[in-house]
Amino acid sequence: MGDYLRPTSLDEALQALARPWTVLAGGTDFYPARIGRTIDEPVLDISAIADLRGISEGPEGWRLGAATTWSALIEAPLPPLFDGLKQAAREVGGRQIQNAGTLAGNLCNASPAADGVPPLLVLGAEIELAGRAGARRLPLAAFITGNRRTALAPGELVVAIHVPKPSRPARSGFLKLGARRYLVISIAMAAATLEIEDGRVAAARVAVGACSAVAQRLPALEDALVGTPVGALAGRVDARHLAPLSPIDDVRGSAAYRRDAAVTLLRRLLRSLA
Amino acid sequence: MKVGFTLNGVHVDWDGAPVARLASALRDDLGLIGTKVGCDAGDCGACTVLLDGRQVCSCLVAMGRMTGRTVETVEGLAPTGTLAALQKSFLDHGAAQCGICTPGMLMAAQDVLRNDPAPTRAEVEDALGGVLCRCTGYTKIVDAVMACASGVAVSPPAGAAVGARLPRLDGVPKVTGRDRFGADAVPADALWIRVVRSPHARARFAVGDLGPLRARLAAVLTAADVPFNGYGIYPDIKDQPVLADGLVRYRGEAVLALVGARADVLAIRDEQIPIDWKPEPPLFGIDAATAPDAPLVQADKPKNLLLDGGVKRGHVNGFADCAAVAEGVFETAFVEHAYIEPEAGWARRVGDRIEIHASTQTPYMDRDEIASVMRLPAESVRIVPTACGGGFGGKLDLSVQPLIAIAAWKLGRPVALVYTRPESMAASTKRHPARVTAKFGCDAAGKLVACDVSATFDTGAYASWGPTVANRVPVHAMGPYAIPNVRTWGEAFFTNGPPAGAFRGFGVPQAAIAHEAMMDSLADQIGIDRLEFRQRNALRAGDVTACGQTLEHSAGLIQCLEALRPHWMKAQSAVAAFNAAGSAMRRGVGIGCMWYGIGNTSMSNPSIMRVGLAVDGTLTLYSGALDIGQGSNTIMTQIAADALGLPVGQFTLVTGDTDLTADAGKTSASRQTFVSGKAAERAGLDLRQKILRLANAGPDATLTLDGAALKVSDGGIAHTLDLARVGPLMGEGTFDPPTTPLDENGQGIPYATYAFAAQIAIVEVDIELGTVKVLRMVAAHDVGKAINPTLVEGQIEGGIAQGLGLALMEEYLPGRTENLHDYLIPTIGDVPEIECLLIEDREPLGPSGAKGVGEPGLVPTAPAILGAIHHATGVRVHRVPVLPHRLREAILRQGAKP
Repeated sequence: MGDYLRPTSLDEALQALARPWTVLAGGTDFYPARIGRTIDEPVLDISAIADLRGISEGPEGWRLGAATTWSALIEAPLPPLFDGLKQAAREVGGRQIQNAGTLAGNLCNASPAADGVPPLLVLGAEIELAGRAGARRLPLAAFITGNRRTALAPGELVVAIHVPKPSRPARSGFLKLGARRYLVISIAMAAATLEIEDGRVAAARVAVGACSAVAQRLPALEDALVGTPVGALAGRVDARHLAPLSPIDDVRGSAAYRRDAAVTLLRRLLRSLA
Repeated sequence: MKVGFTLNGVHVDWDGAPVARLASALRDDLGLIGTKVGCDAGDCGACTVLLDGRQVCSCLVAMGRMTGRTVETVEGLAPTGTLAALQKSFLDHGAAQCGICTPGMLMAAQDVLRNDPAPTRAEVEDALGGVLCRCTGYTKIVDAVMACASGVAVSPPAGAAVGARLPRLDGVPKVTGRDRFGADAVPADALWIRVVRSPHARARFAVGDLGPLRARLAAVLTAADVPFNGYGIYPDIKDQPVLADGLVRYRGEAVLALVGARADVLAIRDEQIPIDWKPEPPLFGIDAATAPDAPLVQADKPKNLLLDGGVKRGHVNGFADCAAVAEGVFETAFVEHAYIEPEAGWARRVGDRIEIHASTQTPYMDRDEIASVMRLPAESVRIVPTACGGGFGGKLDLSVQPLIAIAAWKLGRPVALVYTRPESMAASTKRHPARVTAKFGCDAAGKLVACDVSATFDTGAYASWGPTVANRVPVHAMGPYAIPNVRTWGEAFFTNGPPAGAFRGFGVPQAAIAHEAMMDSLADQIGIDRLEFRQRNALRAGDVTACGQTLEHSAGLIQCLEALRPHWMKAQSAVAAFNAAGSAMRRGVGIGCMWYGIGNTSMSNPSIMRVGLAVDGTLTLYSGALDIGQGSNTIMTQIAADALGLPVGQFTLVTGDTDLTADAGKTSASRQTFVSGKAAERAGLDLRQKILRLANAGPDATLTLDGAALKVSDGGIAHTLDLARVGPLMGEGTFDPPTTPLDENGQGIPYATYAFAAQIAIVEVDIELGTVKVLRMVAAHDVGKAINPTLVEGQIEGGIAQGLGLALMEEYLPGRTENLHDYLIPTIGDVPEIECLLIEDREPLGPSGAKGVGEPGLVPTAPAILGAIHHATGVRVHRVPVLPHRLREAILRQGAKP
């Protein structure tokens, strides 16, 4: 049997991380990877660390504790800015998974089809990391570095996700495409945050997931949306905006289909945000 | 690590590894086996419990974090033994079939009902969306949750059991979590097996020095330990080794069995297993297997051909005079049974006998097969079936049985084997992938004139039920229609895919996709409504089939179509009205028809049933007909009760155990109600005759059983028999459906009777994304007589859910979809509202006129859905599953626009 540690403070956890541990948060990725064999690696269970929980609002923005579950997020009183993230939360697994899985776990697992990544990208989320040497913050796009790869250094933990307050009234949305209703891995998904002023888009962030190793923002589309009246957003979407994507053929869909579907999802999403 | 928490309101202390899963702590350490494990990955929800009042998968919760927490399991729902309203509702609605997902469903439902006692359908679906059910099609589960305060079902009096919506007699253990499935009653001192399986689809291998492993374990079994290392369904094709001997033919094939304490076998690392693999290029698919230079999969099967054969009737060139001809080629994939209970069981040696407790569909075949593998007389093998958590054909083949038997025999200790989900998916049989080439022609009046259908099957690495599929399909491939000129052909080829075996319908669902597409095309070509076209050609009583068999009775397709017609007309207008709005959503309605021969094809398949009255008055049905969730325990009792003339409520049931029951054949081929049901009827009548003779009473006498006093009332005269004196009494009944062999042209009587059905599907296609949502199904089934309408509907609804999966999402790819998140089966949100219309065109041979319904529910569903997709989009799909990308690409190819 491997060591097991369940610290109650961040400090205790960081001290422990002087040597390698497998970090256990919601368990929804940990256990499925360990079917039918003894779990003998050292496990650091971070579920008792109060600092990693809770959602709070400050003058600059919101802090989502790393171990915030999807259900906790869904039930939290948050402004329309978070609607997209909440929509994504409702599409993660079934209720059982939403009650257990954590936001930071979804990011650290770094699946190309992670449902949390596109909505957090379009919230401009930053990831707060802590290590014995101190804390640092990375934009989400810099935190996830590839398929199943992150910038998490040995000895570091994700502590929180920070969402900055937009300067104007903002709304967000999320659409997921899968081959069945519940418990489905995304074939493609789209997320957007729009800041609106005088009926026109003043700032836009748009991302597509499951169409590249890491979900990608679409800067050309974002630029094209700025200044557009909210009723005319869908017409701005052009296949050329998908240049940052690099979809693959797999059991869920073909690369060509993913590109095609991404355009449809984006148009529908933007129409729904009008 | 010591952990204290509250379990169903009581404080418990637990000690063990902190990373242990809550699910295993509950089951293995705390004895609460009501929580089921279906995947250990959070994909199926069978292990759902409430943790601090919220539903979670207990397979994903570490025990190290349980201190001070509160857990509620299914055992907590009825702590006093009285069923909670929700459990009662599940029972009354028929929401539990096999029962393996029921505890998880109940706990998920509890989660929503506690917050809202009257949830909407959408809220119920959202709350239950994380629990998979493979039996029910979810319809009755949703009904049960929404109507949680249901009425009290009354047990019918003597003589009124047949036709009653009786709650299943074995249902209480299923809704309380007390039923014992394959993994639920393993003796504490049992050793465990971990099977080492091939990671390659085709390879030669050498096993290295097993000394170090053997030093750590009780045994490591190899091919050399298997007395007769070949098994298979057919007496002359024992081609599948229990443990591969130097050569593997599919990914997932068993190579070694590690036997030891559970923790010890699980602790062996893959790299500690000394096997030297020499992979070879595998043969995947029919084209590879039939290529001129293809290597052989089975050395004694030239051209990789397992079997071929067909049916011929009328003229070969029957198409010459046709006004319209339709042609098409249709392809299907490997489909996984995905029962929520992975294969599981345990065995022990009792003197010179071996006793096997395992999840199975076929105890007597298991007995004979184990006897063959172990070179023991059949009498030395006892099969004691556990509750079966879903089978659908997949538990007709051996799985855990030979290894646990060999190990227990050798070691003299109980030995258990419980497959993991990935292991179950990799090792078990699949539905045969098919390529069906069809050509049908009709005259100007829309009467079918000729058909030519060739079905080629990928039977995978071993024969399994491949011959059954290749034999059954030619008999059915023309569809349920009267056609004078017929040529059908079936053939099956070996590949390095997983063994393709029995799966609900034995190849007929694949063929139906082809013949129903042809019906649509011909109807469209000559401008006749699709339902009307089928009606003009439907087989009727008195018609002669392509096999030359005259259908004397019970051919109710016409009645099915008549029953559907108003629904069809209404759906046509509703769809047209919806589509007039011109959005990216396009609706369509489709129809599928089928027929299905009940029982084995041209082969004897008898059942023997017994009803006994003991000296103390205990009334027992001894049934070898295994209930795998479909309800035969209840059906057999209903039939026997009315035949005997005593109420169902007085029966006890002994089922499945090969020492205690007679051979009632296998639970497959939709045969139990028809074949074993007839035997049960005869057994009941036989016992009744014995009683009447003892009482010297006439045939209309009524019976009353009160303890050992059996009162026989005939007219005004009552006679009381003292069973302590005249008993025990036993009635026995046998039935073997009359069939004849088929000649070289497929002429003969392959089945004694046929089920008929037609279903319509209403779908909505997202033209831009290629997704399909089935909105509604209406299913009309000629079942002869519905012995228990609730259970019959349950079969139809469950079949429809599997047919929907076949049509839209299910595709097993070795090494790619060996879990329940990459391999998709329908969830509660995917199965639409289903309306069942039960047609009762009496079959004189069957018990009270009943036929079978187990497989027919599935067969017409995919054709109806595919027809509806065509109606909505103009795209005729030629390959299933219709994954979104395939449909979108087809829509783009044909330039269909909304």
